[in-house]
Amino acid sequence: MSGNRLELRHLRKSFGGLDVLADISLTVQAGEFVSILGPSGAGKSTIFKVLTGSVQPDGGAIMFDGDPLTKEKRPFAFMPQRDALMPWRRIIDNATLGLEVQGVTRKVARTRVAPIFAEFGLEGFERHYPAQLSGGMRQRAALLRTVVQHRDMLLLDEPFGALDALTRAGMQRWLQSMWERHRWTVLLVTHDVREAVFLSDRIYVLTGRPARVQTEITVPLPHPRIDLATPEASAVEASLLQILLNPDQRS
Amino acid sequence: MSEISSPARSFASALAKIGPALITICSLVAAWELYAQVSGISATTLPAPTRVFAQMVQHRDALAANTLPTIRATLLGFACSVSAAFLFSVLVDFFRPLRRALFPVFIISQTLPLVAIAPLIVLWFGFGLTPKIMLVALVTFFPMLVALVQGYAATDEDLEALLVSMGASRWRTFLMARLPSALPYFFAGLRIAITYAVVGAIFAEYAGAAKGLGIYILNAKNNFRPDLVLASVLVSATLTLVLFTAAVMVQHVSMPWQRLDQRRRP
Repeated sequence: MSGNRLELRHLRKSFGGLDVLADISLTVQAGEFVSILGPSGAGKSTIFKVLTGSVQPDGGAIMFDGDPLTKEKRPFAFMPQRDALMPWRRIIDNATLGLEVQGVTRKVARTRVAPIFAEFGLEGFERHYPAQLSGGMRQRAALLRTVVQHRDMLLLDEPFGALDALTRAGMQRWLQSMWERHRWTVLLVTHDVREAVFLSDRIYVLTGRPARVQTEITVPLPHPRIDLATPEASAVEASLLQILLNPDQRS
Repeated sequence: MSEISSPARSFASALAKIGPALITICSLVAAWELYAQVSGISATTLPAPTRVFAQMVQHRDALAANTLPTIRATLLGFACSVSAAFLFSVLVDFFRPLRRALFPVFIISQTLPLVAIAPLIVLWFGFGLTPKIMLVALVTFFPMLVALVQGYAATDEDLEALLVSMGASRWRTFLMARLPSALPYFFAGLRIAITYAVVGAIFAEYAGAAKGLGIYILNAKNNFRPDLVLASVLVSATLTLVLFTAAVMVQHVSMPWQRLDQRRRP
């Protein structure tokens, strides 16, 4: 096993006396797809806020490639819940947002992101506004905006939570095929057990607030995963549901 | 997938929107005309709409000469007011404690009765343009400031978290997320404040001016010419509507994405 890309050691955070993160330790290897699975309101998103620098942790350490994470180093490309596309920017200009913040001029950034549109199924929609796109397309545009930043690691915060079930299933398959091709290092936050099993190499199950890592499981299914109707997949899913629904019986 | 509709279609839908209002206004004017004709009331008390209109045409030169200074005072005062409101909104957004220091003063400024303040400002600053600009600013500054500050606060938190994750500075986040988010609020404030601006300018002229609709109204009233007072009212109402429409059109042009949003949720 290669070294850890990301390592969280005993991360703690409370907001005004309310403990949100009690003790979060986890690792992500290069090219690995790791999910954080937990009940709603458990503080999963807070972990991402700490990683992206909008919240300061109360304790613990964040290591990236073996060194403590500093403000100057920005190894993460973050995709927030819902798509957070700017309604006033056309899709292509939403896609260039990260590059523009990095100091790339809009013109150069546009020529850089335009070739990727086809791969994301957004060819021909460059000049559209987000309001003109379907939910699935908006999510693909948001992911496009995330990956073009060319960061070391992707942080996806319940990316498909707002979609209808059918679109969501389609998007999960699509994301998996994209990951097969690019082997991004991904940390995904979700409360959808099936989504976690379908996409992840490993899953960290969190307790309710204040969040701790309850269990860590490796998903023993080979890639690519076409469907989840296999007995192995059902067994993993069932055991995860068991842990989430009966938090007192620690495995 | 929604399309940008043709101008002809949007004109037809605009007509359908103002149709009911037009009918109401026409009925009211007709009732007024009928009453003035049938009751035999003196024209120095209640002139009929036809007389008001006839007098307006007859005195068009005087009315035009007095409307121009009002337009100038309105636009100059409003421009100053909007600029100042924008400046202060940015200051307040970046230095939150300033808000607590400044807002009570602004709120008190909105409680001052114009009847008392207008003559004082004219007394201090004379009959020129300055007191008019100041009064227009007094009535429009705070609504514009509140609209902008509310607009910044309405920024999507996810959007700001996203920009922070990308390493955007505070100023950059302001320009890329907070300012565009405030645009709908800004235009809502603009539409309301522009109507206040005309009233403010006329009130300032009423309190003392060489020329202007306000002083024209005062003279007409003193000469027992309610028909000319009403003619001036018609002119000022038209002026307000024109400015309001201009504000709506600027919004329409500068926020093309909002038209799409509205089409999605009819």
